[in-house]
Amino acid sequence: MLTDIWTVFWRDWIVLKRRLSRYILSRMISPMLYLVAFGWGLGRSIQTGQGSYLDFIVPGIVALNSMTISFNAVGTPLNMSRVYHKTLEEYLIAPISAAAFVLGKIFSGMLRGLISSAVLIIMAYAFGAKFSLNAWFMAILLLNCGIFAALAVVAAMSLDSHEDMGNFNTYVLLPMSFLCATFFTPKQLPELARWLIEILPLTHASQALRSSAAGAGVAPVSLAVMALYFIAFVAVGIWQVKRVRD
Amino acid sequence: MITIHGLVKQFADRTAIDHLDLRIDKGETFGLLGPNGAGKTTTIRILTMLTKATAGQINIAGFDLPADEQQIKAIIGVVPQFFNLDSDLTARENLDLHGRLHHIPSDERNRRITELLQYVELSDREHDRVNTFSGGMKRRLMIARALLHRPQVLFLDEPTVGLDPQVRRRLWDLIRRLNEEGLTVLLTTHYIEEAESLCKRVAILDKGRLIALNSPAALCQGLGEFVVEWSDGEATNSRFFSDRAAAAQFAATLTATTTIRLSNLEDVFVELTGRKVVG
Ligand SMILES: Nc1ncnc2c1ncn2[C@@H]1O[C@H](COP(=O)(O)OP(=O)(O)O)[C@@H](O)[C@H]1O
Ligand SMILES: [Mg+2]
Repeated sequence: MLTDIWTVFWRDWIVLKRRLSRYILSRMISPMLYLVAFGWGLGRSIQTGQGSYLDFIVPGIVALNSMTISFNAVGTPLNMSRVYHKTLEEYLIAPISAAAFVLGKIFSGMLRGLISSAVLIIMAYAFGAKFSLNAWFMAILLLNCGIFAALAVVAAMSLDSHEDMGNFNTYVLLPMSFLCATFFTPKQLPELARWLIEILPLTHASQALRSSAAGAGVAPVSLAVMALYFIAFVAVGIWQVKRVRD
Repeated sequence: MITIHGLVKQFADRTAIDHLDLRIDKGETFGLLGPNGAGKTTTIRILTMLTKATAGQINIAGFDLPADEQQIKAIIGVVPQFFNLDSDLTARENLDLHGRLHHIPSDERNRRITELLQYVELSDREHDRVNTFSGGMKRRLMIARALLHRPQVLFLDEPTVGLDPQVRRRLWDLIRRLNEEGLTVLLTTHYIEEAESLCKRVAILDKGRLIALNSPAALCQGLGEFVVEWSDGEATNSRFFSDRAAAAQFAATLTATTTIRLSNLEDVFVELTGRKVVG
């Protein structure tokens, strides 16, 4: 089982390794834009309770960036390999379990999420943001990468075209990246909107990253919600890989 | 080696395989023949566990499907109809991935990969990404991949479709050599010559049903070893005879230009399916 997880991960790793420097370079662009636009530009004129707006949004950007990267690292390639290239069949024919495949893919998505988070964190420090990188922060970041890599497996196994994957990004990930406590606190929102937003995993990731970055630990409810999402997505993903043979 | 009993596969309202019974012996090269859409690929996909059967029993090398899935996966090699090599990887990496998926220890894996790359004559391209390969090279690499874990049964789905005649003949030689080494081979094809030159026995499928099963020679004999062919201006007609004298006698009664020749698997095919196979 562990060997098989490693094999699935290994395949993605050698592909990533070949273009690692280009990958890291490309990962610098969108954080840079966020930091410039919201941190430097907008942030000067915004007052938050304590600290600067830049310090407030950095955990939010870490959350949304790790979500997007982990999701897309797994989602599009896996969807293409199932629908177009049929390379998924190579794994289905092999004597490995569906769980090993799913976990290998999730770890590989998490790795990319972590690399791009590292790039972002270094840049945020360079922009003068102040936050603490502690064990809680790392744990929540890892969990967030895991949740969205697992969601990517679910999406890639259930959507039947590249276009649908794009739509999933537009209708699910994009709204989440702006609404889930990334750039503002949902406290100010109307009851219903707040309630809706607070059941989404990314909201808890942003809030947990923010509180741990401020050295205030993590709300147990956030941890529980995130763990539940993770377990649910992994379970559904495994079930889908098992059932892919119509 | 392979026993299929009462196999049915239903896709929504379409029946792709309709009560198929087959026995394939150990060490045999067996051909599944049929026009496009006959159900050849579906049969292979069921045997290789990529699709679930609607009904029926399957046993491969003493293991039952679907109960002994993991054991069967370890002893079969599969070359699918469409290229499914990983185009982000090199030739060697593709084989390496396969070897790892089949739990071959690293020393043996590397040795075996080198050996197989030589066997399919791709050693000089081992470090090239497979998206730079020609169709024949990809097919050879897929065969090497299928052989890596020393399977007892090899499934080849239309192994030579879209290849040059020379490349096709080289692949035939390769398949023959594998069979001489004791491998059981199940291949599908709609090239009649391919089945004639490789297969000890063939099954002809049409619309999911088995309509003939025998050695190519016996199938031709069943029809009549000699064919008289003539054209009546609109279509080519043919008639079968068991000896040359009778054929010649019949030909003499026709006013059109006639040809007398030995019957081949294609005649059997056309007679049975009412359709001409086109390559
Ligand atoms: N995934 C599928 N969904 C629906 N119908 C299918 C599917 N795969 C194959 N078929 C149908 O099953 C029949 C047999 O197809 P196939 O096994 O690919 O034929 P062959 O390989 O002999 O050309 C065809 O009518 C085909 O349209
Ligand atoms: Mg086919």
